[in-house]
This record gives sequence, C-alpha cells and structure tokens, in this order.
Amino acid sequence: MIAPLFDIAWLTIREAARRRLFLVLILITVASVALSGWGFSQVREALLSNADTTGGGIEAGGVTGELALTFIFAQLLILVTFMFSFILALSAVFIAAPVIAGELESGVALTILARPLGRTTYLLGKWLGIALLVCVYAALSGIVELVVVGALTGYRPPDPVFALAYLCGQALVLLTLTILLSTRLSAITAGVACLAIFGLAWIGGIIGGIGTAIGEPTVAQVGELSRLLLPTDGLWRGVVYHLQPREMLLLLDQAGPFTAAFPFVVEAPPPTSFLVWALAWFAVILGLAALSFSRREI
Amino acid sequence: MSAAPTPVAPADGAAIETVDLVKRYGHTVALDGLTMRVPAGEVFGFLGPNGAGKTTAVKLLLGLARPTSGQASLLGRPAGDREARRRVGYLPELFRYQAWLTGREVLAVHCRLAGLHRPAWGPQIDAALRSAGISDRAGDRVGGYSKGMQQRLGLAVALLGDPAVIFLDEPTSALDPVGRLEMRHLLHGLRARGTTIFLNSHLLTEVERVCDRVVILDHGRVVASGPLADLLSERHLRVRVTGLDRPAEEVLAAFGPVSEVDGFVELHGLDPERIPDVVTTLVAAGGRVHAVEPRQATLEERFAEAVGAPNPVADPPTPNGWATTSAGGQER
Repeated sequence: MIAPLFDIAWLTIREAARRRLFLVLILITVASVALSGWGFSQVREALLSNADTTGGGIEAGGVTGELALTFIFAQLLILVTFMFSFILALSAVFIAAPVIAGELESGVALTILARPLGRTTYLLGKWLGIALLVCVYAALSGIVELVVVGALTGYRPPDPVFALAYLCGQALVLLTLTILLSTRLSAITAGVACLAIFGLAWIGGIIGGIGTAIGEPTVAQVGELSRLLLPTDGLWRGVVYHLQPREMLLLLDQAGPFTAAFPFVVEAPPPTSFLVWALAWFAVILGLAALSFSRREI
Repeated sequence: MSAAPTPVAPADGAAIETVDLVKRYGHTVALDGLTMRVPAGEVFGFLGPNGAGKTTAVKLLLGLARPTSGQASLLGRPAGDREARRRVGYLPELFRYQAWLTGREVLAVHCRLAGLHRPAWGPQIDAALRSAGISDRAGDRVGGYSKGMQQRLGLAVALLGDPAVIFLDEPTSALDPVGRLEMRHLLHGLRARGTTIFLNSHLLTEVERVCDRVVILDHGRVVASGPLADLLSERHLRVRVTGLDRPAEEVLAAFGPVSEVDGFVELHGLDPERIPDVVTTLVAAGGRVHAVEPRQATLEERFAEAVGAPNPVADPPTPNGWATTSAGGQER
C-alpha cells in the first residue's frame, strides 16, 4: 500500500506543477511579499516621521515607543497572515475539490482504479500530495514574509514555527473536508460547500468571542461548537497567539474580556484538549472519506 | 497495430464466470441475473442495445461497482480482487487520460500502478505504443491528442503487462476504418497468444469477424448466447415464386416452417441439400421460380431477433424511405 500511495501523491504534485500552479503561486507570493514589505516600511517611516514632527512619540493601545511599534507591526503582520491564510484555504479547497470528483467525472479514474490499487490508497495518496503541496507552499512563503517583515520593521514573532504549523493545520482541515465531500459530490459542489462551511465556522468563532466578551455563556458555546465541528477557527487563534508579541498578553489581561470579540488578538494558545480533538477530527474525517470512497460506485 | 510478441499462458478453465449477477441502481435494474462463462483464450463478444447493462457488467467484474446479488469471478478469483486485476487490461468506453502527461508518461504511470518491474517498463511501453500505432506521438501531451489517438492510447494502456484478460468497451468507437482494420488484426494477434478478450461493441460486423463466442444482453438479461458459429448456423431460404395452384405454405409444408415476407416465401432452418427438392416441389405445383436465395443468418439479424428490433434484412433503408421488398437475389 505504501509505494502506490506515494506514487499517487507524486502524480498529484506533478499535475499541479504541469498545470503551472507552482509558477502562479510563486509569482503571487513574490508580488504580495513585495507589496506588504513596501507597505510595512512605509508605515514605519510614516509613524517615525509623524512622531518626530509632533514630538508626541508613538502610542498604541496605551503603550508607547518601541513597544507600540511592535504592537502595530504585530497586528499588521497578523492581518497580512489572515489574508494569506485565506488564500491558502482557498488554494487547498480549489486543488482538492477536483482531484477525486474531477477524475471520477472525467473518467480518468476508471483505468487507474481498475489497476491493483486500493481505493483508500488512492484517496490517501491524493490527500498526501495536496497536503505536501499546501504545507511546503505555506512554509516557504511564510518564511519569506516573516524574514522580509523582520528585516524592514525589526518585528520578529515569538514562535513563527508554531504559527506556520497552525496555518498549515487550518489549510489541512479544509483540504480534508473537501476530499470527504468530493467523494460524493461534484467538484464544484464540494468546493462551494467546503468554503461555505469554512465561512460559517469563522462567523461562529466571532459570535462565540462576542458571547465571551459580553458574558453570555450560551452565545459563547456557539464558538466552542463551531470549533469542534470545524477546527479552523481554533487553529487560526493558534496562529494569532504565536504571531503576537508576548507583551500583548499583559495588555489583554488589563483590557478585560471584551477583547475575546476580536479574532486578531488571543489571550491563550489553543488548549491541548483542542489539539487532541483536532487530530481526532483529522482521523475521523479521513476515515469517513476513505469509507465513503471505498463504497462509491464508479 | 500489431500484437506484442510476448506470449501469455491462458488460465485454465473459465477466465470470467458470473452466476445470477444482479445490479440495481435504486429502482433501475441494470443487470437482471447475468449468468455467463467466458473460456480462457477466447474472444468474447458482449452485445446489446444501449442501456442493456454491458458496461455495468464490466464495472462489476473489475470491482468498480458492487453487485446487488449474485456471484462473479475473474481469473478464478472474486470479481474486483486485486490479484486478478494485476493480470487485466481495460479500455473503458469513456476513455480519458491525464491531459497534462505525455502518452509515454501515462503508460509509465500505469506500469507503476500495475506493479510491473522497473526494467520491464521501457520494453512494455514501446511494445504497447507500437501495438496501438502511436509510437510517433508518444512524446506529445495527451491534451493535444485527437479522440482517436486517445482511444489508441487507451488500448496501449490496456495492453501493458501482457494481461491475461483484456476488457475492451467499444474499442473502435473513435477509430477510422483503417484503425478498425488494425484493431481487428491486433485482436487476432492477441487471440493467437492466448489472451482472453472481452469485447463490448455495437459494431456487429466487427464482432462477427473476430469473436468466438457471444452473449446478447437486453434489459440486463441474456437473450441469446453461445459460440458464434452456432448462433449463425441457422440457414434461411428465400424464394420468389408465382403461379402456384395452392398457397406456398401448403405446398412447402413438408420442408418446415414457411412464411411469406414481402412477396418472398421464406423457409427457416432448411438443410442446404434440400434446396433442389424445394424448387422441384414448387415447379410441380405449377410455380414459376424467379429467385432462390439460400443464406446464413448474420449476427445483425440474430441480434435484431434477440432484442426484438425490426429485422434488418426485411426492412432495408432506401433513399426514398423504408423499402418493403428485399433487393438482390438470382433467378434460376
């Protein structure tokens, strides 16, 4: 099972390369890193210039000086990462939706599945190929962005590796859900459904945060529930936690619970229980996908 | 197209066997108790009108779909078994291959998935490309292939690894007349090597030329089956006669079932040796014999008879519409 699994994974990666996906992603990444780097340097210059002119220094969230700059750049970095995570999620869904449903619809899968190849091997191979693509792309482009931002602004997140790992996790959740849906639905339907669920989970997380902020446990549970059903929002909070400066925690502590309503600041990393749940979620969804596909009539 | 030289030993007994195989999709019955046996090393014609269940049967045998009930075996193993699939080639009716790969790369992917040893890939791919007649386009992307080229590529994929059984689902649907001729030569070459060929086709004249045995399927049921020679052994005699003093049925009653179609008297299942006796009897009854046409049933006629379609000989098309009389015949 192992060798054919890697064969299918490699075939999936080759397809992405042949379809110029790498080229397009590299061009977009270079453009977005250049643009955001330029933006960061402009903001820094403007802030410093403004502070010199007014003589009032830089103030953000009640802190001043270098720490204020750190807070500002951390928030800007988190905003850029949010956009990046959105691109990554869309990419994962768009790549994943047709890999099984598209091959079934076109008939390409007929001769492949007539070979001595298990359905689960085929499905896991597809999953692995896209997972590698998404994670390598996320890691490389994330590192480039962090290095550029660090060089231009001096801000370096405390745990960039964890932040990137959570980012990959978020994309993998959507990839896995899309694969599951595409075993039964058409490529377009699976992709649209997955993105809609992603959006709902995001809104669920915001509503839950508002519930926490206003002290409404029932509303807060909406966020908890959405994080259990689709762990993307919980993983996103892991990204934020590891990108924001540690000094932010003191600020959040002083600010009180209302900050829970904002998805770009986080008081604590995702708990271990959530991480265990997320791993179990992967296992269950992949297992369901394999079961669904193995029972599918071709 | 030419058959690859490596011989394949035929499996003992039946290459394919099904017993009461049933497949339902909701309320639709695709296969309704298919029982058949395909001896190893034969070219087996699997015929039937659109929607008869032919492709469904192939998918069940390859494990691409699961039967509702009944049993099916392929090379002595349960249908869909992975070991059996190692020795099977398949050209589907809907033949599509990765447009972003070259023809040679598609074949390499299938060599890998079929579990062929790496050193054998090159010779296997070259032989398959030659057999399918696409060696000169092997380095081109499949996306640039014509439909006929893609079908040839599909054939090359099916030939990889010298399979013991090859399923060909409408293998000439996109081929030009030369391609069809080449396909026929290829099938003869494969049969000479002992490969079992499961040929699913609408082109009855092609089937008639290459198959040893056929099954005719209609609405998921077998309506005719057997060695092709047996199916076509029934002989007809068509006679155009005038001036008989009694009805032809009465005059020729001793020769078996008689019918009158479009002004011809037809005798079914008549021994060719008795044709002169028929003529003599007709003349003795005052008849003037204008035409005597002894003929063997064609597969097309047997097919039409089996599925209840209009007889292709009785109703030949004419430029002005559908004629009611048969053309040709010689007067004695």
